[in-house]
Amino acid sequence: MAEHTDEKIPTVIADGVDIVYRVNGTGAGRGSATAALNRMLRRKQTEKASGVRRVHAVRNVSFVAYRGEAIGLIGTNGSGKSTLLKAVAGLLPVENGRIYTDGQPSLLGVNAALMRDLTGERNVHLGGLAMGMSREEIKSRYQEIVDFSGINDKGDFITLPMRTYSSGMAARLRFSIAAAKDHDVLLVDEALATGDRSFQKRSEARIRELRKRAGTVFLVSHNNKSIRDTCDRVLWLERGELRMDGPTEEVLQEYEKFTGGTDKAAKAAKPAKPAPKPKAHA
Amino acid sequence: MSQVLHTPPPAPTAPGEDDLAALAARHGLTVSGARPSLTEYVRQLWGRRHFILAFSQAKLTAQYSQAKLGQLWQVATPLLNAAVYFFIFGLLLGARRGIPHDVYVPFLVTGVFVFTFTQSSVLAGVRAISGNLGLVRALHFPRASLPVSFALQQRQQLLFSMLVLVVVVMAFGSFPALSWLLVVPALLLQVVFNTGLALIFARMGAKTPDLAQLMPFVLRTWMYASGVMFSIPAMLADKDVPPWLADVLQWNPAAGYMDLVRFAMIDGYGSSYLPPHVWAGALGWALLAGAAGFGYFWKAEERDGRG
Repeated sequence: MAEHTDEKIPTVIADGVDIVYRVNGTGAGRGSATAALNRMLRRKQTEKASGVRRVHAVRNVSFVAYRGEAIGLIGTNGSGKSTLLKAVAGLLPVENGRIYTDGQPSLLGVNAALMRDLTGERNVHLGGLAMGMSREEIKSRYQEIVDFSGINDKGDFITLPMRTYSSGMAARLRFSIAAAKDHDVLLVDEALATGDRSFQKRSEARIRELRKRAGTVFLVSHNNKSIRDTCDRVLWLERGELRMDGPTEEVLQEYEKFTGGTDKAAKAAKPAKPAPKPKAHA
Repeated sequence: MSQVLHTPPPAPTAPGEDDLAALAARHGLTVSGARPSLTEYVRQLWGRRHFILAFSQAKLTAQYSQAKLGQLWQVATPLLNAAVYFFIFGLLLGARRGIPHDVYVPFLVTGVFVFTFTQSSVLAGVRAISGNLGLVRALHFPRASLPVSFALQQRQQLLFSMLVLVVVVMAFGSFPALSWLLVVPALLLQVVFNTGLALIFARMGAKTPDLAQLMPFVLRTWMYASGVMFSIPAMLADKDVPPWLADVLQWNPAAGYMDLVRFAMIDGYGSSYLPPHVWAGALGWALLAGAAGFGYFWKAEERDGRG
């Protein structure tokens, strides 16, 4: 980690952050209705006895991100990467600690705002508005978004409802909408894994472009190559704890040792740690 | 340069906890996800007005997009609804006592449409946050956008119902007159009232999703007590009920909004059917629900639907 001289301007500061999910209805396996009744009748008992499970997703993580940095977040599945990103975006409350940000960091992703039953065209407008773009901005970027997504390459699909799209097409349109906006602090969660090879190349280029304009970029990915290509610093989370924080190459070497070999081997056998994430939406 | 951490404490070279807070303060960083002030919140919400509008229209369009008749259902649904109620209450149960026949049908249809507006706003409000957690957890916008947007969607739906209503009312001999203009303020007040309710129930529903199961029963009780299919004074006239009960039933906001629209549109439904101070009541309820709903929702802004 670098000493902060005066010209280094911090954009995101995480100060001892803990994030805890509470999951309802995991109580006694036998007859969850009785468990629920039990929960209502005996209110003043501990959370555990009342069938509320606590999932401690992020534990005491501290870091300082500076303007101009591109930071990769790595870790095995369920290690708290996406959760941490959501907290930085201000979308999940922290249990302990604080996250300070410069302006409003935005998560790259609009999936949730889009509606399957609407045409791609209307979804571009809706998604743009949901991200906080103005109507004029959307109008001026509309063609760019559609061209980038390549939806219309095989005919006039943009005027069809999104439910008629193939999963790849839908993912491409979502990425194109999300990437249309400029951000101060940009958080990218596995967005590069969508679409075919040519679209992946285009989207990686787009991320680099966004990074030039954004103050700071965070990138969550299981693809160590794309982390190497885009990031100069890496945070490694394991079981919610910050295990390592340093230059990309150093951390990735340790990580690859931990996951048992090269990127390829890691990909072939992704260690699955299914820490339950309640309705965590990608 | 880098360090491996096996235990939670922050990196040795990283500044201590106080330093981090001080560093943040020195560079003017703000706490992520903190609740904005009330005026700031109103400003943010206003900034998202296009999103709110687009979202409500999108929901409305998506609702019937798979049906063969498509958007025709916007009109057909309220019409069928009214037909069912007329069959049960008008023909089978004879609930129209005290009301002449040519007034009863428009009376009933108005009641059903106006009450449905409040009813569906509340139901949509309950699910506004809890049913859209994906959206709430993916994007940053004032959360009140969602309940407001759902209340607006119901208002759009009501406008379609009003088209049906105009036809029904005219078929039973009431023709457009100046008094019809009174519908506009009455419904505006109801929009404010409904939005307030939607906001209240959105916060409650976010905390207790079980409300979505409970509310239909509460709302049905409210409907039967509001005089949707009968006239409250006429129904109570020959019964031995304490006068305060009649007052309570009449001051009920839903009954007030229904009476105002009926009074405006139906010729045979004169001011003799209206309780005293009905406009004041409608205004008071709208302001109360609107202000209380907004304040109540704002209070939990940073917590809603995040846990």
